Amino acid sequence: MMQNWEHFPHKADMGIRGIGPTREAAFEGAALALTGVITDPTEVIPAQKVSMTCQAPDDELLLVDWLNALVYEMATRKMLFGRFEVHINGHSLQATAWGEPVEVTRHRPAVEVKGATYTELSLKQDEQGRWIAQCVVDV
Amino acid sequence: MDLSLLKQRSPFEWHISPRGKMRVPGVIYATEGLIRDMDEKVYEQVTNVATLPGIVQASYAMPDAHWGYGFPIGGVAAFDPDVGGVVSAGGVGFDISCGVRALRTGLTVTDLQRVKEQLAEALFHRVPAGVGSTGKLHLDRHEMEAMLAGGAQWAVGKGYGTQEDLTFIEELGCMDGAKPDCVSEFAKKRQQDEMGTLGSGNHYLEVQQVVQVFDAEVATIFGLRRGDIVVSIHCGSRGLGHQIGSEFLKRMAVSAARYHIDLPDRELASAPINSEVGQDYLGAMRAAINCALANRQIVTHLVRETFADLLPQATLSLLYDVSHNTCKVEEHVLDGIPARLFVHRKGATRAFGPGHPDVPHSLRAAGQPVLIGGTMGTASYVLVGTEESMSLAFGSACHGAGRSMSRHQALRQWHGRDVVKELAARGILIRSPSFRGVAEEAPGAYKDVSEVVDAANDTNLARKVARLEPLICVKG
Repeated sequence: MMQNWEHFPHKADMGIRGIGPTREAAFEGAALALTGVITDPTEVIPAQKVSMTCQAPDDELLLVDWLNALVYEMATRKMLFGRFEVHINGHSLQATAWGEPVEVTRHRPAVEVKGATYTELSLKQDEQGRWIAQCVVDV
Repeated sequence: MDLSLLKQRSPFEWHISPRGKMRVPGVIYATEGLIRDMDEKVYEQVTNVATLPGIVQASYAMPDAHWGYGFPIGGVAAFDPDVGGVVSAGGVGFDISCGVRALRTGLTVTDLQRVKEQLAEALFHRVPAGVGSTGKLHLDRHEMEAMLAGGAQWAVGKGYGTQEDLTFIEELGCMDGAKPDCVSEFAKKRQQDEMGTLGSGNHYLEVQQVVQVFDAEVATIFGLRRGDIVVSIHCGSRGLGHQIGSEFLKRMAVSAARYHIDLPDRELASAPINSEVGQDYLGAMRAAINCALANRQIVTHLVRETFADLLPQATLSLLYDVSHNTCKVEEHVLDGIPARLFVHRKGATRAFGPGHPDVPHSLRAAGQPVLIGGTMGTASYVLVGTEESMSLAFGSACHGAGRSMSRHQALRQWHGRDVVKELAARGILIRSPSFRGVAEEAPGAYKDVSEVVDAANDTNLARKVARLEPLICVKG
């Protein structure tokens, strides 16, 4: 299966992009790309689950809220996440993230994410109908 | 950047004439070489900032300017509250009051050599750095409020440092007007175990050597001599500042239309200074400044403890502490008339000139120390504010080298392990929990800090005093 996330360059920080057949899948891919800024997402064991909800006035702001909710959970729980399930209803999001506590010697986390930004922020469908969710994150 | 977009006023000053919705011109201070290498985004962002309500004089970019969020990193802009001026969460950025402090040690390179490896290890173990790290201090609700209101003054009251330290911190270590009740519970929770931590990314703790003195008179006032060992600490307001930045960015982006602010870029999220959102942000942002000042003060304490164990003869005294990402109320002269302005510095250092009342008494004849962080393989610089800088860009100068390459590209070009090995061969010991983090921060991924500093010097934004080269670098 093709990887549903990637990074794109930004001079000071890092661009993250999720790609999928639905908005939800693109949001899930963007979350994996967020983890990918810190460590290899496949190295994160989905041992514990955390639920979260967000609301925003539009889909793009919802994407930023979703990523910032993950940044918050990672920071306060000292966890990394490697699996995500997102449900979107209008501009409300309900999600579950699975992960484990940071283990520095195994995860070798490269950098901490400060927050998701509105730079290069977009949620759109490409010509093949795939949803693409992206923004730059400040590290 | 395309030079034809700019009008050159001097070898170091480039103007963007007002057009479209720009209320003031744009001004970039840099050499032709630096301008050519600057991203077109810097031009776009300087221009966008110039459209914000209440901006005065010009939208400025420092010699290290690069593509930022809304504002360019290296952007300076001042707003007048009496003509509808705004405060911008994007203009301050996510890492509120990220900054650098430098400490003299009273040691020379010879004193250090014997224990250099041990010192590198000990600093790496004593000062928490990197993802998931926590400090020893846990702040309960009461202490959190006290820290947010008191900054470094609170930290000194808790035994982290001395009263004398406070003299050499901007705002004497405590930002007035902080409103801890404007800081969300989320931000407070994110910070409760993060006091006294370095963070990651471009943050560092370095032991450095003074390798060159450019201005002997000012260096003497600053207590710096060639061969001296200096410690520099670069970190900010940690999770608390990041959370405040994220929350107010959204609140301001959503409320902008209500205040009839036409945002050319949502990242420029702003609110009138004289509005509820604006005032809430100022209260929260000032609390985050206090958090950063307290954090650097606690890290300083940890560094002092480490030196006391290995080099008991060392006396670590604070040269100065500067903040990079702030909005501060300052008095400046506009068309010959004093004005009270809200000066945003995003990735720019305050650089007040000689005689300014905010410069500590013992340094006032020289001017404010301006600390410019370099990379782990090149150099950092100490500069001093000039009289001219007060009129050039509201007493501001550059803050660092600025990246020339994305992290993405750096990862393709270098392996962290090789970078550590190469630097060790040059006598620079790197300690980091992550080789990937080191690769992303490889010295080659940054602009030439000397060229940036020379441009600041030749423009008179700040004048060179000393060059420092790293011997030990702890990266998060």
